[in-house]
Order: sequence, then C-alpha cells, then structure tokens
Amino acid sequence: MRRVFVNEEWCLGCHLCEYHCANANMGGVTAQDMVRNLRGKKIHPRIRVEDGADGGKINFAVQCRHCYDPMCVKSCIAGALTVEDGVVTHNPDKCVGCFTCVLTCPYGCVMPDGDGKVVQKCELCLRNKVGAPACAEHCPNRAIVYEERGTL
Amino acid sequence: MEQGKIYLSPEHEVVRDNDKCIRCQVCERQCANKVHSYDADIDKMLACDENCVNCQRCVSLCPTHALKIRRCENRFRENNNWNETKIRELYLQANSGGVMLGAMGTPLDYPTYWDHMLINASQVTNPSIDPLREPMETRTFLGKKNQKPERDANGKIITKFKSPQIELDVPVMFSAMSYGSISYNAHESLARAATELGTCYNTGEGGLHEDFYKYGPNTIVQVASGRFGVHGDYLMAGAAIEIKMGQGAKPGIGGHLPGRKVGPDVSRTRMIPEGSDAISPAPHHDIYSIEDLRQLVYSLKEATAYTKPVIVKISAVHNVAAIASGIARSGADIIAIDGFKGGTGAAPSRIRDNVGIPIEVALAAVDARLREEGIRDNVSVVIGGSIHSSSDVVKAIALGADAVYIGTASLLALGCHLCRSCHLNKCNWGIATQEPDLVKRLNPDWGYKRLVNLVSAWKHEIMEMMGGMGINSIEALRGNHLMLRGVGLNEKELELLGIKHAGENI
Amino acid sequence: MTSQHIPLEGEVRIPSGCAISGIFHKDGTRENGDRIIRSIELMHDRSNGLGGGFAGYGIYPEYKDYYALHVFYLDANFQKDAENFIKEHFEIANQGEIKTRKMPEITNAPKIWRYFILPLKAKLDSSELDEREYTAQCVFSINTKFDKKAAVFSSGKNMGVFKANAFPEDVGRFYMLDDYEAYAWTAHGRYPTNTPGWWGGAHPFSLLDYSIVHNGEISSYDANRRNVEMFGYKCSLMTDTEVITYIFDYLTRKEGLTLEEACDVVSAPFWSTINLMPDDKKEYYTYLRKRYHALLINGPFSVILGFTGGMLVLGDRLKLRSMVVAEHGGTFYGASEESAIRLIQPELDRVWAPDAGEAVIVRLEERSSKV
Repeated sequence: MRRVFVNEEWCLGCHLCEYHCANANMGGVTAQDMVRNLRGKKIHPRIRVEDGADGGKINFAVQCRHCYDPMCVKSCIAGALTVEDGVVTHNPDKCVGCFTCVLTCPYGCVMPDGDGKVVQKCELCLRNKVGAPACAEHCPNRAIVYEERGTL
Repeated sequence: MEQGKIYLSPEHEVVRDNDKCIRCQVCERQCANKVHSYDADIDKMLACDENCVNCQRCVSLCPTHALKIRRCENRFRENNNWNETKIRELYLQANSGGVMLGAMGTPLDYPTYWDHMLINASQVTNPSIDPLREPMETRTFLGKKNQKPERDANGKIITKFKSPQIELDVPVMFSAMSYGSISYNAHESLARAATELGTCYNTGEGGLHEDFYKYGPNTIVQVASGRFGVHGDYLMAGAAIEIKMGQGAKPGIGGHLPGRKVGPDVSRTRMIPEGSDAISPAPHHDIYSIEDLRQLVYSLKEATAYTKPVIVKISAVHNVAAIASGIARSGADIIAIDGFKGGTGAAPSRIRDNVGIPIEVALAAVDARLREEGIRDNVSVVIGGSIHSSSDVVKAIALGADAVYIGTASLLALGCHLCRSCHLNKCNWGIATQEPDLVKRLNPDWGYKRLVNLVSAWKHEIMEMMGGMGINSIEALRGNHLMLRGVGLNEKELELLGIKHAGENI
Repeated sequence: MTSQHIPLEGEVRIPSGCAISGIFHKDGTRENGDRIIRSIELMHDRSNGLGGGFAGYGIYPEYKDYYALHVFYLDANFQKDAENFIKEHFEIANQGEIKTRKMPEITNAPKIWRYFILPLKAKLDSSELDEREYTAQCVFSINTKFDKKAAVFSSGKNMGVFKANAFPEDVGRFYMLDDYEAYAWTAHGRYPTNTPGWWGGAHPFSLLDYSIVHNGEISSYDANRRNVEMFGYKCSLMTDTEVITYIFDYLTRKEGLTLEEACDVVSAPFWSTINLMPDDKKEYYTYLRKRYHALLINGPFSVILGFTGGMLVLGDRLKLRSMVVAEHGGTFYGASEESAIRLIQPELDRVWAPDAGEAVIVRLEERSSKV
C-alpha cells in the first residue's frame, strides 16, 4: 500500500504541506479554494511540521503512518476509527470526542479538530476532492512522498 | 574606499495581492534575502523591496499565487544614451569604488546566431526517417581520430585505439561548474544525471568531492590556473582531464570564489583554508605560450599513463581559429570553446558583457581552419556558451561541433531562475550556495531526474530533427553545412558561418 | 548561349533519382555493349533524358598499361590549353577523337577526345608522388583549371567511361559501344531534379580506374565532402557520386583499407546490431565507426563501383534504394530492377536482393587469362 513518507533530510520547514492539507480537508483543490478556505482563518492541518529548536534549521513533518496494528483504532471506544483498505479512517459521526486515540497515538497524529468536539486525522486525501495526499503533491522539495515501500 | 550613503530606488518591487494572501508566511521562510516579513499587529505581510533579487522563489511557492515581482517603476528621466542600468552602475561604483560584479551569462542583447539559422528536411527525393520506427544514433566519441589503421601479422586491422576516447550516448555534456560555486547537491544531481544519461559532467576548477569519485567514468576533471583540488587520484578519477585556459564569461581572467562560500567541505575538496577567497590567476603561470601548453598536456598524460583524453578549454576570442589550430597540434585530444554568452558564478560585469565573440562564429571559424589545415581529425571540438535548446544542439553539430556543453540550461533544469546573484551565496534554489539550509533546498533525487528529463527530451527532439533530414546517425550531421541556411544575416556573417542564405538552392 | 544561366554541376547541388545496371564476367570473357544498353534501356522510365552513361573494363587491351583520358571540350578554344597541360605532365602514346554516331537524340555534343598517357618520368620523380596520385592530381587540375570547359571524365587504365546528356540507351548507341568489348560493364540512367544539361555532370563518375554509378541522394553529403576535402580531393561537381568515389579512393588507396572494409565504413551497421556481435567483430566495427565517423554515408543510395578486376554492389544501411543481383554461370549481374537482368539473361542460377548495407563484391577468377 502506498503511504506518505517524509524524508526529513529534505524538509525545508516551509509549512506549505500544512496549508495544502488544511485546504484539501476543507474541500478545496485550487489556489482560489485556498484563498476562500484559509484567508483570515487559523488552520487545522492533519500534518504538522515541527521547526527545530536551534534557530529552526532542523525541520520535521509529522503525519499519520497508517500503522498495520493501529493503537488509535484499538483504543477507540465508539468504533469511529477503522482500517479501510489499509487506511486508518475516522468517522466523525460516530466520534464521541473522548480523545483516547489522541493519547494512545505514539506519533501524535490524531488530534482534536478545529472545534475541539471530535478528532481529525490524515486519511491520505482519499476521501476529499484532491484524491491523493495534497501534502506530497505540493511539497516543493520532494521531502514528502506518497509511495510504496513494502511492509513496514 | 570611503562609502557614502546611496540613494537608489530598489530594482524590483514585490507586488502582493492582499485579497489572495493567506498569511501562510511561506514567502518569509523561503527568502534568504529577508524580503518578506509578517506584521502581527496589522496582520499583513510586508516586503523589503531593496533586498529582492527577483529569484522567483516566493512567487513559485506562494500557494495562492498572491505574489508577483516586477521591475520597479520608478525611472530616472528618460535618456536613450544614459539608460537606467548605466546610471545605476555608475552610482554604485561612485559609492563603493569597486568593480561591478555579476553572475551567469551576459544579459545584454547581442545577436544570437542560432536564431538566425534554419534546419533542412527531406522531401520527395530523399525519405525522412521516423525515429520511432528506425534506429537513430546519437552515440559520439570524443578524442583524436587521426591514426592510420595498422594491421597485425594476419593482416587484420588492430582495433585498439591508440588515443583514449570519451564515449557519449548523446552529444550533450554538462559544463564545468565548480564545487564551491555550486552546491554539493547540485554536483550530485549533475553527476548522477550524467551517469544515467551516458554523458559527462565537469567538476570545474574546484576539485572533486570524495563522495563523487564513484561517478568517475562520467566525470571530466578540470585543471585550472589555481590548481584547486588537483592531485594524482583526482586526475585518474575522471573520464577525461580538462585544462581550463579560459571561460567565455570572463576571457582573460581567472575565477574568484568568495571566502564565504569556502566552508569545511569546499576547503577540503579544494585543498585551501576555510574561509579564504579562492582566486585563480588570470593565466596559467606555467603557460605563457603554446609550447608551454604542450608541456602541460603531456604532463597530464604522463601523470595518467596516457589513459585519459586531455581537453583544452578556451574562451572564444578574436583569433580563436589560430589558437585552436595551435591547440590541435599541442597533443590535446579535444578543444572546448566557450562562447562569450557563457555563464559564470561570478565575473566582473564589464568583462562578461564586453569581451569575447559569439560561439557560433567561433565554432565555424575553428572548424573551417582545422579543415583547411587538414587537422580536424586531430581533435574533437566541443562548444558551449548559451545552448538553449535541442535545435541549438543540432545547429551546433551541423556547423561542425562534435558535442556541446550546457551549463546555464542545466542549472535552469535544477530550478535556477537566472537572478544572476550566484556570487552572493544566498541562492534560494539551493544551487549557487554553500549555506546548509539553502543547499538542502535542492533535493538531488529530484534534481537529477529533471536533468535526465531535460537531456532525454532534447535527445528525442534531436532524433526527430535528424530523421527529418534523412540522417540516422549523428556523424552524418557533423559539419554538414548544407543542412543549415541563414535568415536575416548579411553576406559576411554567412561567409563566416560557412552557410548559404535561406532560399539559395545549393 | 542562352541569356538565362542554368547552373551546372558544381554550381548547384542536384539531387537525382536513377537506374543502374552492371554485368561482370568472372572468367574474364569480354562482351560488347549491346546487352548492357538493352538492360538500361528497359528502365527508361527511371531516367529522364538528362544524363546517361557507361563504363567498360578491359576495353583497351592494346594500351592496357596507359591511363586512358577521356575529355570533353565544351569550348574548343580550351583544347589547346588542356593539351598543353597534358603534354607538360605526360607522355602521350596515342590521341584522337572518340568515334561517335550522329543521332537526332543527341544534341549539343562537345568535342570528345581520348589520350593514352603515362606520367613524364622526371615530373613524376620530382613530384614525389606515386604514379596514381600524380595522375589523380593532374586530373583534378584540369577539371578545376578550365572553367568546366575541359573536363576529364575518365582516367583509368584499360577502362573507359562514356557518357552524355541524354537517355542512356541513346548514349550507348551514340558512342557505338557495340564496338567495344569489356569483361565488366556498368550503366547509368539519370533523373536529376533540375535541368543542368552539362555533359560532365552525367554518370558514371570516375577517378583513375574507379567508376561509380549511383542511385540515391545522400543526406550526409556535406559532412562527407568536407571530410574528404581535407585529404586533397576537390568536390567540384557537388554530386553524390563524386564524393562516394573519393571516399572509396581515399579509404582504399590512401588509408590502405580493403574494399570490404571500406564498405563497412560507408554502410556501417547500427550500434544496436554491433552490440549483438561477437567481441572481435564488435571491436572491428567500433574501430571503423570511431576512426572514420565522418565517412559514414547516410540517406538512400545503391551503387555499383567498377574497378580493375572487379565490381562492387552496395546499398545504404536502411535499404532505401532498390538493388537486385544475380548469377548465371560465371557471369554476375546487378541492377535497380530484376527485369533489367531477366531481359538480357532470362535463365538465372540465383537472384537475390542484398541486405541493407551488405556489400556484394565479385572479382576476376585467379586463372582467368583472357584480360
């Protein structure tokens, strides 16, 4: 299965992925959509780039690994998190906002959404209009890639 | 020199569409020149225009296309004699007392003869050849060809070539660009691309980084007047050795790598102290004449047991044909000629913009001269200095070149936007810089593929054009002047290029 | 003189399509020109009346050690100057006008003379050239000296070229070729794409005993020309045939290659083919392609090269021009079309079309004493 991988060596800390993620998950595809969706708003992306402590020279993008045996799914008390074709998927209609998954995810990739009522997580943009991870498509240095790397 | 205050309007201005800007601050994070900044109090992005070099990095990365860079509209009073650039440069010099520095090739509007030559195609009397269905050969050998065939005791031809050759799958090589002037990642991209394409890249005068010895069979190692990074293993590492006598962008002067670009890795590779300016002398101080060149050629051949072809690279200057004739008799295997529009990491602008001659006429003159003297097969001829496209390659080969070097074109493939600020070490594209956080911006996994894409695309186009001419092997195109016609050239230019005018039926 | 100047060969490059034919008796038997005329006549539609010609080998047994110069004098005033030049450089054993038949189809005939000559010993010695090179240089001189008004169109020993600006069958009858007997004949009918009307431009083209008839238009012309011109050749006619002749002369006479090796240079196999060959052949072809890169001939052609004691048939590396060869007994035939062979020899032991770039070379058998 193809997954999103980050080659930290090439991450520039430009944070473009965050904006494209936020736009994609608000139903946007184009630059115009991004203006409409994000202008004047705080963004809530599902991928996060952490800038290094020492002057921000080391950058590190964090995103869902879509684990084979995901802790978040095991810990979900409402059945809102499931694995569908290898993709760890979230159903906000079932989510009760207990945030147990937020606590159990070892990578910090499940997070409360903008309103804080339910969680959100990366679903590889497979269920939004972009159709494939927007972060990888727009990474200017190919640091984020969407590819098959065999069994993890 | 005492420097006063300078009152000059910025050259460029940043135009931001605030209706589109989402304050993502990507522009701010990506600008090494510190043009953009975010003011939280007014929730706006601001721009410091005077820092902008118009490298287009922010424009390219802005996710909402909110940015444009345009020429500053402020103008001095109109004057066709004292134009804007001349006045600005004069002010700058009056202020600093310094030499005007520039980078990349001359931006001035000199004639480009490639654009005044047209290529032939077959009709009726001779079929064109379809490269999708028939073999189409671009393989090229560079080196001396002038040996009489010898036979063994059984009368069979001895097939071992006495003079070493470089074999290229496509007659396009990457020009000399030193490690130091360009980044580690740029060099890695070039080396890997050359290997995949079956061609060569050129180390330039900065030595060969220890990590890149593995690309040796596709590397040309350069020996310039500064002798930076030259040692026995280095000479043996490459497919050929190039003696750099001159560079098209700055004939008559040596290179200058500013100390700020000399970090630990560059220092070790060049074998010079960290932080020191690497200044190569204008001439080779062991070459004051053609017979001295011969000694260096043979010194290098001795040092490599006659296993490596030796290239002598010169810039295209007024008497280039005579110089080339001397080189062809010096023992050199290949002559590389760099036209005056060729690029550079740093050169005095006056020299870059005013010294040398166009590569097209230099090539035609050299090829004609070597043929007149019957010594064209003594050497291969490689040219560079503003090859823009595959059609320029076809025209160069038809005019008489064995292969071409591309420098600027290869940097463009890596992301360069020709802002001509290489000497500032702040290349936002990660090419002409040694700053680690900028170098990182050029991911060689992706960079080398773009180079491979570019040259593969050109190769396809070259094959299409060859097929159109009814030619299926590049050697049948080489020096084939009848495949070219001039347009908009005067008689003298046609005579020098050795081609007929369009419409002439010969 | 017409008021409008139509450019001649040498002033303009003229592509042309053509018919070619050849007959070769391996045992040295000689036959007159009747059959070769009929063979080329069959392919009448492949030429357009703007050039035809023949070459015969073994036709001058009585003067076989002399170079036979055939010369057109397009302007009689130049004959004296040209003859003076010849006399200064050669001993003339015999000379005279070549006999021709008056025919309505042949107009504007120049004066056509023949000289049997040998280089003057003293001149040859002081030139420090070998006899053949000396003769070749003198031929170049005449052909460039007299403004194309005196043109040597044949210069080999015991062979001769006969050509004119007309359909080939008429040319053969004009020269009364049934009076000549040769062990090898080649013929050419020309279809040039303009109308130069210059006799010197008809084919075969020849240098010393090499004569070439050629069908095609080579796209490598200028690359080839500019290369051979480095070695003392002057491509004054600007025709493919001329440059092909010089390439063969250069490769065999000056570089010491065999004819087979020369063919491997001009119609070299593709790299994709070479890569599949056993090592020794791979190295051989790679060597030739590297060394003689500028002499690869590109574009469509089929040629018949006549030389003393042999005949060579060769096509281009893509086989873009037709060529059929055949054998019957000790006689070899080659022509653009099989019908041109069947007409004069209906029964054949073997007929085949050589592969792209494949050379077929026939030579006189060792013991043939008839030549």
